[in-house]
Amino acid sequence: MGKLNIVGAINSALFEEMGRDSDVIIIGEDVGRDGGVFRVTEGLLERFGPDRVIDTPLSELGIIGAAVGLAAYGMKPVAEIQFMGFLYAGLEQIFSHAARIRSRSRGRFSVPMVIRTPYGIGIKPPELHSESSEALFCHMPGIKVVVPSTPYNAKGLLKSAIRDPDTVLFMEPSRLYRSIKADVPDGDYVVPLGRASILQEGKDLTVVSWGTMLHKAAEAAEGFDAEIIDLMTLKPFDEEAILTSVKKTGRLVIVHEAPRIAGFGAEVAALVAEEAIEYLKAPILRVAGFEAVVPMARLEDFYMPSLERIKKAYERVMRY
Amino acid sequence: MPLEIIEKIEVKRLQIINERGEADPELIPSVSDEEITRCFEAMILARVFNQRALSLQREGRIGTYASILGQEASQVGSARAFSDDDWLFPSFRESGVLVAKGYPMWMLYRYWAGDERGMKCPEGLNIFPMSVPVGTHVPHAMGAAWAMKLKGHRKAAGVYFGDGGSSKGDFHEGLNFAGVFKAPVVFLCQNNQWAISVPRSSQTAAKTIAQKASAHGFEGIQVDGNDVAAVYKATKDALEKAKNNGGPTLIECFTYRLDDHTTSDDAARYRSKDEVEAWKAKEPLLRLRLYLEKIGKWTKGYEESVTKKAEESVDAEIKKAEAFPPPDPADLIRYTYAELTLRQKKEMKESGWGS
Repeated sequence: MGKLNIVGAINSALFEEMGRDSDVIIIGEDVGRDGGVFRVTEGLLERFGPDRVIDTPLSELGIIGAAVGLAAYGMKPVAEIQFMGFLYAGLEQIFSHAARIRSRSRGRFSVPMVIRTPYGIGIKPPELHSESSEALFCHMPGIKVVVPSTPYNAKGLLKSAIRDPDTVLFMEPSRLYRSIKADVPDGDYVVPLGRASILQEGKDLTVVSWGTMLHKAAEAAEGFDAEIIDLMTLKPFDEEAILTSVKKTGRLVIVHEAPRIAGFGAEVAALVAEEAIEYLKAPILRVAGFEAVVPMARLEDFYMPSLERIKKAYERVMRY
Repeated sequence: MPLEIIEKIEVKRLQIINERGEADPELIPSVSDEEITRCFEAMILARVFNQRALSLQREGRIGTYASILGQEASQVGSARAFSDDDWLFPSFRESGVLVAKGYPMWMLYRYWAGDERGMKCPEGLNIFPMSVPVGTHVPHAMGAAWAMKLKGHRKAAGVYFGDGGSSKGDFHEGLNFAGVFKAPVVFLCQNNQWAISVPRSSQTAAKTIAQKASAHGFEGIQVDGNDVAAVYKATKDALEKAKNNGGPTLIECFTYRLDDHTTSDDAARYRSKDEVEAWKAKEPLLRLRLYLEKIGKWTKGYEESVTKKAEESVDAEIKKAEAFPPPDPADLIRYTYAELTLRQKKEMKESGWGS
């Protein structure tokens, strides 16, 4: 057991999985000698060599497209895309191929790959380095979407993602990369996909969040008897955990940084409206990003759901 | 300082049997008479498969279909060069490749009739579901070939796309990766001169598609795509090179789509009858008959018996396709992931599907 930040935890998961399975390889831009722009893959080239930690041409479509073929043939590629905004170049490869091959070939071929990408606001980078587009991927059948929030679950979830037989998008909250240090076991453990974790139990109010925003949502909950659910896997998501909690509390607030419109919070809200409306004491509220382009540094703090906005939502549902 | 030439590219063109059925005496020994005969028979089978598919479409028994008429040599000659251990990544206009590889024809008819089960490649063959988006499967072949190399398997991948596909970024990114990682892959451009209504000349300002390999650091070659011997040899050579760690090759098969783009298209809207007639005179079976006759392997009776056998086998496959039970509606959900999600189980239950 040692204290690691999320960068270290992901690095440790990669280290262990590559040691465990020789088909696991890392491909991406600057993942080798440079150890990745966030240093997530540091030391892996030295340990596993250039046939398993591979610097590719600067070509996101090429990385994901080649990973489809690598995975179909029997490798387990972990592809790094430097920032989520650059993943868009590879969307057709993900949506039209990776996500469909199993279905189109009626199970003969599959694409067990992981696409790792940092997402989200909070590090004041250049444009298109702060996207949080999880809803796009949740909408498309055939892809799994995972968002860790702590060093412990980052390691355990990534291990599950690498062992998963389907394509997994692993969204790493860049703001949290080095800001939280926590105990992470050295040895092998997994955090299963598809299950949420209850960060804090409570009686009055259910809060659903993930990634960076989970921590804001938890901080804002001080003074409320809130049950805070860290969704962790957005697709497939843990419907049971949400419903069980809402049936107990009767109130639901969802917090995410992506735009509210057609965001994943809408899916969570719709689930509760369909399955547990008779338990609700208050309207379901979403605290989310605006219908606006993610801004650069100067306006970043105005875009990100603030403690005040989140608290207001909690207060509003508590008035019912 | 005077300008210095730092790189020159050469683009070669290969033809072994010309339109009059005359074979180049130095090149023809590289392809055995037996192989050419087998190619001829497979081309007849592919043509019969294709004709029947067009008829079935007209009768409403299958959906939209993309004809391969005129491209049989490009497809059969290249496909036969691959071994069954190799992996192939076809586009939607590759019936000739699939038929030549022995892909069950009844499954192809099922697919074109709207049944995904037709794309469940049988064990023993490694053929990816045909790519419908143009050119986007090029990187997949590169990736599979890369995996073969990383695993130390002496195999290769082949990918089929058209002149239109060569305009896609996916094509260039796939070729670039293949060059950088020296992947054992053969890129087979079926340059049939038309991407629906857009002619090859409007697709790229380059003189050939073959030369596009040069920019990615490996060899490209143009072959007479209506000469099955040339296509076969070029593909065999490329595979030999690939399997001996010589890296990728781009082969541009210079051929012609004699039919409409698909059964939903009318090519008379955009190209002249004269052009089509001129290419009909160059179609791949004509010269092969002449050549085989010259070497004493062709008679009218021989071709009639080959054709009759092909028709019988295609008809039997159609019967099998049409007698196949309809798909289970649960299939539409079942293969999305390795295991059903809870949401999917609920959806199946609500729909009354599955057991």
